[in-house]
Order: sequence, then structure tokens, then C-alpha cells
Amino acid sequence: MKIQKIVKKFIIKGIINGIVIKSDIPINFLSSIDVKTGVIKDPSSNIFQKSIINVVLVFPHAIGSSVGAYSIYSLKSNNTFPRAMLCKNADLVVASGCALANIPLATIYDNKYDELQTGDKLL
Amino acid sequence: MELTKYEQDALDGKKGEALEIAYRILTAVGDAMDATKLITIKWVHVSGVNYNTIGDAGMEFLSNFSKTARTRVMTTLNPTGYDVDKLQNYDLDENFIHNQERINNSYVKMGVTTSFSCIPYDIYKIPSGAQVAFAESNAAIHANSIDNLKTNKESAFSALASAITGKSICSNIRNNEPDLPEISVQCKFDIQNELECGILGYFVGQTSRKIVNIDGSFNMDDDAKTKSLCGGIGTSGQCAKYTMNNLDPNTEKIDFDKKDFQNIHDKLNTADDGDVIAFGSPQLGLNELLRMSEMLKNKKFTKPCMIFCPRTVKNQANVLGCTDELEHTGCEILSDCCICFTPLLTNKNLDSVITNSIKGSYYLNSKNKICTNIKPMKQIINENTKNR
Repeated sequence: MKIQKIVKKFIIKGIINGIVIKSDIPINFLSSIDVKTGVIKDPSSNIFQKSIINVVLVFPHAIGSSVGAYSIYSLKSNNTFPRAMLCKNADLVVASGCALANIPLATIYDNKYDELQTGDKLL
Repeated sequence: MELTKYEQDALDGKKGEALEIAYRILTAVGDAMDATKLITIKWVHVSGVNYNTIGDAGMEFLSNFSKTARTRVMTTLNPTGYDVDKLQNYDLDENFIHNQERINNSYVKMGVTTSFSCIPYDIYKIPSGAQVAFAESNAAIHANSIDNLKTNKESAFSALASAITGKSICSNIRNNEPDLPEISVQCKFDIQNELECGILGYFVGQTSRKIVNIDGSFNMDDDAKTKSLCGGIGTSGQCAKYTMNNLDPNTEKIDFDKKDFQNIHDKLNTADDGDVIAFGSPQLGLNELLRMSEMLKNKKFTKPCMIFCPRTVKNQANVLGCTDELEHTGCEILSDCCICFTPLLTNKNLDSVITNSIKGSYYLNSKNKICTNIKPMKQIINENTKNR
């Protein structure tokens, strides 16, 4: 799938390509990801125990703690970060975390979010 | 987003590295929220203090950032990891203490007031009607919904950027337009206590990213209920404000019934009992301490009980004799920290915690991996005290 056809708005510019991993539920970055390993640790997530390292993380939006921005920054510092993030709605936590970590971030159209599946390749 | 020449110069690095970073953050969040410009703010409340939450990466960032970054407006701070006066009661890792002190010192260097509290609305007189930038989620929702203040539900970084620049993004929630809730939650049963308010809040937070109206028959007659509601909303979603009984026939309605209540209750009530009792997420204010002291007259806890409150509240309670009263019941009063993420509550020495806090319960389960038994304060006291 071509990235230009699904992006609604680029928030943090950069190259967005690679294999997709898609969370069906919103992500609490403070409590749902092990920042040392880059592994999802929320048992209620459909990508529980999956790694987000070097993939394009797709999710509806973030929830919860304002400190989740530090978790995104920690992913970068620990080299456990995704290549890029795509979400339906970007909030201040995700935007500020990606801005400081320099992780490409874009919002995507709702119907494209529905179409995207884990394992899809973005070009 | 439209920037002034000064703001653009700062973004381009012409005013130093700290301001360049701060404006990079502000322009990113401005783009995300479709803001048109930056506005001046009067007060900032920053999160991202506890070493358990920001880790080595956050600690190093703050250490470097604080070399040149300085606050331009009154800036208060969220809870830290522990109460330095109670360290002798806990076998805390020296490394944690060292790292926590480094983080605290970075904030001091930047000019941040080390209030170590998640309830700035309870301990400061903030000018009514002011534009502020609050990162702590319960505080942001409380500010917008109850305190006649205006704030985005800031992130730790966007609030820090606001502290350094004195500015925040002008998003929809800051405009002086009538409140237009996106969703109206219809509460189908009477809400009785602070625990039920917290669960209602958790439900409300899941329903909308914007403003939510809450419609129903209940009395938000004390601080504990409103704080618990705000804590619940902040935990489960992105909603930045609620209104009460704001009846607009065109607003989409969602029912909150006993089944919805039970689902959330069962998700967070992961134990039948607990090794220790914990009150204070959000931290308790003076009124709550006084009320608790009244409820505990001539009683003594049969289990360890930890009360988390701001240091200023503890000092005020001390003057009124309330801390002595509470300590005679077996409570330990901890300043500067809170239930969430404190290293004083770990699964190395605890299996489960009894609490009335939905926010505390959520993070104890998900982050600390400690089970929780959730009950209202009155029930916790009745079941876990004996007469003195």
C-alpha cells in the first residue's frame, strides 16, 4: 500500500515505509509497552507480546498518562522504537513524544485505518 | 500553525537549544491539534518526575535540558517517587534514590516549584479564568470542568515546553465558545460514593476525545467525588473536560448502566482483599484528611494504611492536629508522592492493595503488577479497623 494514499496529515515528517503492526485498541504508552524491549505488555491488546521495533506502529489513538510522551522518547533512547507511527487521531502525548524522539508520525483516514492489517507492507 | 518572528527564530535555533526544542514540541502538538497559533499562559503544571515513569532516558534528557532551559511562568510539579522523611521505613534501592534526586535537581535548576503534587487546584489559588497548561490528566480535567481555567490535556513534554516559552497551543478547548459536548453519558442509576464516581469517570473517558456531558441523578457534593471522577476520566481516555446536566437534545447519548459499572469494577477489582490500604490518587486534600480523621475517631487500622497527600496539606493538617489523630489510628502519611508508580508499593513485598482509587488501581495492576481490591473509603474503614 502506498503511504501517500492513506495519510491525512504528516505531524512529524520523515520516511514512512515498512511492515505494519496494528493495535486494534488505543495505546497507553506509559503502561502498555516495555520500553526496554519494545514489546507490548498489555494482555488485553491484540498485539500482546509482539515487538514494535523497526515496524510501522498503527493504532487508533493514545490514552491515559501525560507521561506517555517520555515512554516514546525512551523507546528511541533504548533503540526499541518503531520506524514510524500512524494513528487515526494524534494527541499531545504522541505528537510531543515523536517530536522529541524524531519518529515520523502521521494521521490516516478512518477507512484506511480499517483496511490496514498487521503484516501489510507500506511503500 | 502561524508563528511570530520571535517564535520562528526560536524554532530555527536562533534563541538557543532549549527554546528550539520547546518550539519544536509546540509546533508538533499544534499541528496534531489543528491549532492556529500560540497563546500566552499564566501557569504550568508539569508531569514526568517519578524515576519509575521516565527512566534513564527521561533523567538524562532533563539533566541536559536543564543546563540552559529556564521557566518563564509559575510552574508547579507532579509527585516524585517517595517522601524523603519516610525513607527510613522502606528498603529503597540506593540507585533509585540517586536517580530521583538527579531528576528533582534538574527541575529545581529550571526554576520549577517542587510542589510534588497532582492536585495544584487544591493547594494553590490560581487566577480564575486564566489560560494555563496542565499536564497531569486529573488536574487538566478538574481545571477545565470545575475551576474556570482553560487548558489542553497537555503531555509531559508539551507542558515543559510551555514552562520554558510561557506559551501553549490555542486549541478549540481554549476558545471562549459555549461548551459543546460531543457525547452525553446518561447515568441510569444513583451514584453514591467516590469509588462509583471514579468508575463513572473511567467510562466517560472512553466515550469521547473531547468534551463529555454527564447526565443523571447524583450529588457531587464533596472534593473526593469530583477528584475521583477526574482521575477516572484521565486514566481511560483523552477527554479534557466534562459538563453536568447540560441538556442539548442534539448531543449523541450513551447509557451508563449497572452492567457497564460492573464490567469496569470487575476489570480493576483483581483481588478479594489486600496486604496494605492506600488512599490518595489523586492525592488527598485537607478536607479529605479532616473527613477521614472524623471517620476514624476511636478506631485503629488492622492493616498498614498509607495516605498520600501534598506536603503543604500535611503541614496544614499538622497545625490542626489532624496528622496526630490519623497517625494514632495506624496510618502513615506520605508527602510528595502518590499511589501511582511509587517504589514504596512493589510486587516484591505485596500481592495486593486495597484502595478507593480507580486511577491508582489501573496503574497498580498495569504498571506495578500488583492486584487491587477496590472499595469506597467508608467500607474500607469499616472492614479494616477495630475500636481503640
